[in-house]
Amino acid sequence: MKGNPALAATQEPAWIRRLIIGISVGFVGLFVLVPLLAVFGEALRNGLAAYAHALVDPAALAAIKLTFFTAAISVPLNLVFGVAASWAIARFRFPGRSVLITLIDLPLAVSPVIAGMVFVLLFGKHGLVGPWLAGHGVQVIFALPGIVLATTFVTFPFVARELIPLMEAQGHEEEEAAIVLGASGWQTFVKVTLPKIKWGLMYGVVLCTARAMGEFGAVSVVSGHIRGRTNTLPLHVEILYNEYEYQAAFAVASLLVVLALASLIARRLIARRVETT
Amino acid sequence: MTIEVRGLTKRFGTFHALDDVSLDVPGGGLIALLGPSGSGKTTLLRILAGLERPDRGSARLDGIDLASQSARQRNVGLVFQHYALFRHLDVYENIAFALRVRKRPAAEVDARVRELLTLIQLESLGRRLPAQLSGGQRQRVALARALAARPRVLLLDEPFGALDAQVRAELRGWLRRLHDEIHLTTVFVTHDQDEAFEVADRVVVMNKGKIEQIGAPAEVFEAPANDFVMRFLGHVNVLEAELGAGEAKIAENITVAIGEHNGAVRGRVYVRPHEVDVARAQAAGAFPARVVRVTPLSGGLKIELSVPGLEARLRADLDWERGTALALREGDDVFLSLRRARVFARDGHGALT
Repeated sequence: MKGNPALAATQEPAWIRRLIIGISVGFVGLFVLVPLLAVFGEALRNGLAAYAHALVDPAALAAIKLTFFTAAISVPLNLVFGVAASWAIARFRFPGRSVLITLIDLPLAVSPVIAGMVFVLLFGKHGLVGPWLAGHGVQVIFALPGIVLATTFVTFPFVARELIPLMEAQGHEEEEAAIVLGASGWQTFVKVTLPKIKWGLMYGVVLCTARAMGEFGAVSVVSGHIRGRTNTLPLHVEILYNEYEYQAAFAVASLLVVLALASLIARRLIARRVETT
Repeated sequence: MTIEVRGLTKRFGTFHALDDVSLDVPGGGLIALLGPSGSGKTTLLRILAGLERPDRGSARLDGIDLASQSARQRNVGLVFQHYALFRHLDVYENIAFALRVRKRPAAEVDARVRELLTLIQLESLGRRLPAQLSGGQRQRVALARALAARPRVLLLDEPFGALDAQVRAELRGWLRRLHDEIHLTTVFVTHDQDEAFEVADRVVVMNKGKIEQIGAPAEVFEAPANDFVMRFLGHVNVLEAELGAGEAKIAENITVAIGEHNGAVRGRVYVRPHEVDVARAQAAGAFPARVVRVTPLSGGLKIELSVPGLEARLRADLDWERGTALALREGDDVFLSLRRARVFARDGHGALT
């Protein structure tokens, strides 16, 4: 090493550095980059017209609509829940607090398929409350409510997990100062708490949205795969694939990839703000 | 605004933060609550601010019971140790906060904020964020923010605790001058006796949730009410002694003159380091000692001494003039005499009274 002699003493020999860097870059290339490119390659195999055709197909459009619609309900629900839960956990000491902390992580620990099955068990035709609801004309399973429920369940940890450590680290003094200065509870939340957690909250929302749009397992169990009605984007991809419509399947999949990449970029940008505030 | 505290008691679990505390603060006064951590001084302040609720007892502001008002209705100014400035708001908006939540007209807010920025000498930094200020500047902003809505009383919780010594000394003087200008009833929490003595008219010494003594700084320092106050207010040599009429025996052949006491046979003798005289030559009533260590202090020399027959080392503080004249070195043999000794005798249970 010709560079900084002070660094030389603490750095690994050049060949070890090259090896480690080589392994990481090679691994990411092989397992992430190549498949990613393959998705776009396959999607565009029959040209742009075929690509566009797959996306404007009525079933595909319905799946896109349903996916965004589901996210538009689940994410705000989890936003409210996440802020409330992290507020409660960071600010109050109450019986069951540690149980709540543990249960928030549950959706990350159980397989999404099981999450879907639980809702079938509850709201299905032979479920606990399903028959009663059906008697009142409400269908949950194989319909929009079931998809929203399953998605909300799977995605509810994301906002809360982002906010709890943030709020615990920031403490309570600024809120106390605001109240002594004459602010009401709502003024304190809007003028003090919300700006403090703003970037953490947005970070959580991005993660939550990405997962809500990409969720497959739980939604697959409750949706019933009714084409044009209860198919979300990931389910639509699967159906197309099973029907040997590879090019169309990858075209729709590329849409999900673009959504994922967009959320990754948003994450990067927001994470920088979270660190600096 | 006068503050009247009567029988305030507050527990956290099994910990007695405040135990039947009563206190009066005259209107326009500046008092310091002085005590070690855990003595209850901050809890008392937080109860006055409305951030804690007492288990028992009452606090009145100009005769009005504070229990009938929530924290936001009380209009007290509170300054936190770690400033608690709103980190996303600039200096100007931090100071304006209390006026904004009261929906004051913009012109009034602007006039008041400018007035306060001048008062804290930060006119040109109104658009800075708290993170871009030094510790001393932040604390001045916190003070201006607390004053913005013209509070009825000002409460300061270890306001200079997080600052370095020089800035602290500067802000102390500044706070005292400010108080002399605006005459706002002020309660000031600190664990630093120098700070309490320099800033406050009256000092309230607290320990374990109780008030040990209330008085003017000189009073409390010159006539400590008990063992705790004696030991808490600056360094003191503490010597176990056998008490006789007019004198106390602290070692086999060392006796010191003391004032009246309750006639008990055991007690403690207290001698401040500046009340110990060091001499090269033997004099009447002086006893021999050996210099263990000499350390320069800001105002002179600190001498640690070992005395034959005494387990504990004694400390003597000499001013520069005297210190230089004696030119003491470690290992030198000297003679000590105690200019003044206070005593607390033990009662039948061994407690000091």
